Amino acid sequence: MNTLDVRSQLKDSVPVAGFGPHGSYGLQDSLRTGFTSIKNELIPSHSLELSEKNFQVNQDKMNMSTLRNIQGIHAPLKLKMELKAATQIQRLPFLPSSHLALDTLRGSDETIGFDDILNDPNQSEVMGEPHMMVEYKLGVL
Amino acid sequence: MFPCLNPSDVQDGGFSFNNCSRNAALESSFSESSSKPPKARKTGTTIAGIVFKDGVILGADTRATDDMVVADKNCVKIHCIAPKIYCCGAGVAADAQITKQILASNVELHTLNTGRPPLVAMVTRTLKQMLFRYRGQVNSSLIVGGVDVDGAHLYSVYPHGSYDKLPFVTLGSGAEAAVSVFEDRFKPNMELEEGKQLVRDAIAAGIFCDLGSGSNVDLCVITQAGASFLRGFDKPTTKGRREGSYMYKPGTTAVLTKTVTPFCLDVIDQSVHAMDTK
Repeated sequence: MNTLDVRSQLKDSVPVAGFGPHGSYGLQDSLRTGFTSIKNELIPSHSLELSEKNFQVNQDKMNMSTLRNIQGIHAPLKLKMELKAATQIQRLPFLPSSHLALDTLRGSDETIGFDDILNDPNQSEVMGEPHMMVEYKLGVL
Repeated sequence: MFPCLNPSDVQDGGFSFNNCSRNAALESSFSESSSKPPKARKTGTTIAGIVFKDGVILGADTRATDDMVVADKNCVKIHCIAPKIYCCGAGVAADAQITKQILASNVELHTLNTGRPPLVAMVTRTLKQMLFRYRGQVNSSLIVGGVDVDGAHLYSVYPHGSYDKLPFVTLGSGAEAAVSVFEDRFKPNMELEEGKQLVRDAIAAGIFCDLGSGSNVDLCVITQAGASFLRGFDKPTTKGRREGSYMYKPGTTAVLTKTVTPFCLDVIDQSVHAMDTK
């Protein structure tokens, strides 16, 4: 999976998570996401795009499976429960949250990477439209 | 109604790949119209390091190139990561600089967290994990050298995340020239002055034999007692001073003939413009 060649990612028979039409049932959602282009949907435009999108998820998976193998099922269960609790205490979806508890649990309050320097969501020039964001979160959209 | 984000578009921090397809399309249109896209400024460097009797000596040249033009005649390529760990960077200048800054911040946070001075191995591991994560797109190769509780260590880290632990390392476009000097004259457990002279000679070999390196030699000596950064340790490329004046005395060339033609000029028009001195 960790190959540099963009075209080889196309040969993967496993459906690529996070890529492809965003609407329900995987159909294109012209009203919200605009017209689709097959090339944009199938081939990521940069070799790092997919690995960066899923980086945190993959790291967590790796760490949890290691933890399960070493300490037994209880360790990842307890950690995941705490993480789930921490993700639920955010502000409304269109407001910036500090993610303080989440950072402490993950240990990302002790490291600095490109995620903290570039594209800081707290300093974004655009915000989500409040009604749409809350409806999207509640699944009513 | 101000511009706002789609709920599916909300971005987290970090790299944004929104413009990649546009850039790819622009590059292909550039190649059709035979004008070149802008290139990142590289350091075109010679960096080197050795382990000597009491610690580590790092050396670097000071030229930064923008394709075929010298962009900076006296830039700094050796940066401090921790009080006794320094890092030299080669490759794309921006990538090397930001990598070193992020590394220094992470090492400081780690030091505060553990309460102990950092190990060179920890610095190298943080660096190589970050470079491997970005698959070599962060185009910087670095030499990490320092002294910690385990002694003196020297690592070279390549853009894709591989590293080597060696008694002497060179990186950059002038690496071959510098390593030839090391292969010839390096001995383990050298004295300080001998070591400084050797690193200076290696960087000078890079400066004279490689077009991408030039200007001065910077050295950094790190021992158990501390680190000293010798900026401009040697300037092998200063021009020589002229000893005398090479102008001919007036009257050296004999005058054979002389013709004088007066130029008659009449004043036709006079106009006065006031200057705006406010």
